[in-house]
Amino acid sequence: MKTKWKISPYLYVLPALFLLVAFRLIPIVMSFVISFFESTIKGTGDFIAFQNYGKLLSDKDFWQSMTNTFWLVIIVVPASIVFSLLFAVLLNQIKRLRGLFRTVYFLPFVTSMVAVSIVWKIIFNEQTGLANTFLGYVGIEPQKWLSESRGIFEIFFSGIGVQLPAWAGGPSQALFAIIILTIWKSLGYNTIIYLAGLQNIPKDYYEAAEIDGAGKFRQFFRITLPLVSPTTYYILMMTTIAMFQVFAQVYLMTDKGGPAGTTRLIVYYIYDQGFDKQEMGYASAVALVLFIVILGLTMVQKRYEKYVNY
Amino acid sequence: MQAKLRMIIIYTLLTVVGLFMIVPFIWMLSTSLMTQAEFNKHESVFVPKESSYIWKSAAGEKRVLFVMEKGRESIIHILDRDNKIIDEYVSVSSSELHLIRKIPSFTWSNFIKAFRKVPFGTYFSNTLYVSFITLIGVLLSSVLAAYAFGRMEFPGKNLIFYLFISMMMVPEPIYLISSYLLLDKINWLDTYQALIVPWCVNVFVIFLFRQHFKSLPKELFDAAAIDGCSTFGMLRRIILPLSKPVIATASIFTLIGSWNSFMWPLVMTTRPELRVLQVGLSYFNAEASTQTTLLMAASTFSILPILVLFFIAQKQIIASFAKTGLKD
Repeated sequence: MKTKWKISPYLYVLPALFLLVAFRLIPIVMSFVISFFESTIKGTGDFIAFQNYGKLLSDKDFWQSMTNTFWLVIIVVPASIVFSLLFAVLLNQIKRLRGLFRTVYFLPFVTSMVAVSIVWKIIFNEQTGLANTFLGYVGIEPQKWLSESRGIFEIFFSGIGVQLPAWAGGPSQALFAIIILTIWKSLGYNTIIYLAGLQNIPKDYYEAAEIDGAGKFRQFFRITLPLVSPTTYYILMMTTIAMFQVFAQVYLMTDKGGPAGTTRLIVYYIYDQGFDKQEMGYASAVALVLFIVILGLTMVQKRYEKYVNY
Repeated sequence: MQAKLRMIIIYTLLTVVGLFMIVPFIWMLSTSLMTQAEFNKHESVFVPKESSYIWKSAAGEKRVLFVMEKGRESIIHILDRDNKIIDEYVSVSSSELHLIRKIPSFTWSNFIKAFRKVPFGTYFSNTLYVSFITLIGVLLSSVLAAYAFGRMEFPGKNLIFYLFISMMMVPEPIYLISSYLLLDKINWLDTYQALIVPWCVNVFVIFLFRQHFKSLPKELFDAAAIDGCSTFGMLRRIILPLSKPVIATASIFTLIGSWNSFMWPLVMTTRPELRVLQVGLSYFNAEASTQTTLLMAASTFSILPILVLFFIAQKQIIASFAKTGLKD
């Protein structure tokens, strides 16, 4: 293409570029700079080099928030992938009512996190919540859910008489309640994405496999799974990044990340340090560590992209 | 036979999952139509019902209206034959009360009460205003930038495009605090600008437009150039008329995104008259945490517009989101 225009392409890019530099690039650089200062809401104080980062290493609340966030990621990401792939495969087998099911599954995704967090907070209410009502139908005693700080593994194993060591307790039941809501919210989108991926697989592959006598399970593992791997990879990346940013659920469903800090996720911790405690410098250091963690995980996942069949 | 059994299993599984997805919404709606007393008694889970009681005492039988239970005593209103209250807040022994029937009854007043407590009208119009101005800003900045990225050659193009893409990768919480300090410096805290201007650029939308603009046939542009059409003229006469579907898709993403955005407006505004729906709802959640039925009414009300939009354009919306996972 001939380059007839000299200045005009830059003029077209300018509005977006200006906004991007002013409201993304500058704040990102600023948060890097602020993290080296003793900065509060009133203004930037003394340069303290790496002290904020040093403080972070010995900050128990920070490590607890990180651990909580890892539990969320480690449970929600695989669960969401497995379930949404399963539902997409099932949806792909039927003709009648597919549209209806798809709509119903997608409903949680388009509604606001604030509204559904309020609804699920009430669902997990100890006395009047729907969760305990349903558990009652199958003969399980009411759970404390959002006010239970004991780990889910601890609760399960103590139910069958085994005492677990403290480190193996798992995420608290309160965090588990948030995990359930988060999976529920993410399933619809991932299912729709998988369904689109499945519909891209040529029907002949299955017909050929059928002729060769391959059963449905074999077809799933030999054809479906490899051929939707780009979708799986995309969902893996997007869900992982999204899970590190969970905030509204904690803000609305819990009392400041309680009980005993077991639902305090890392972004809530940034918010808490930055705006409640007004330690902007320290909060920026935490934000930057989070950024590095997300970046690192993305790089690790990128290394496995070579196993994806495009 | 085996195929039929398989279908039955598939439909059963899909229905169970469907119930899991939709029951929270049904419960939200039904709870929002119950009285608080009924919800607390927890007798009917899904259908709001009014209970009719008879008070049997030494003086005979009387129809009563149950108000609340206080230990072994119950507070009631005594009714006459026409169900009019003749005696209010009478305390009687709970054992003398007998339930005679339950009839479905819907307490629409929860919605009115929630509205009286909280200026949801203001929140609603704030959200509409912010969402639509943001949408216009996003569409303008994205169409222009995507035109340059998709159909022009200029030095530094790739570099600028990579800058855009890498900014898209940085999650919002990373720059939340510094953005707050920045907006504070330029005196934008507690203004509409703070909610609108920083979100008038959306790299994902630029990317979406660029892909589409690139796919348009070159011949169209060559022919227009021969006819003496200017660069901007091509954008207006060729690209925009051919881009209605992708613009609709981008509008859906942007509208749903800004309607549901929460953390940013929570942090950047404190004045009640600037609150958007999500922030207003979160304040109501903190204030009225025990008034379950009012909370449910407010939640129902706040997701209604998105639900209506979703049901009107569900095919388009689902198809748009489905495309986000496909790589070109």
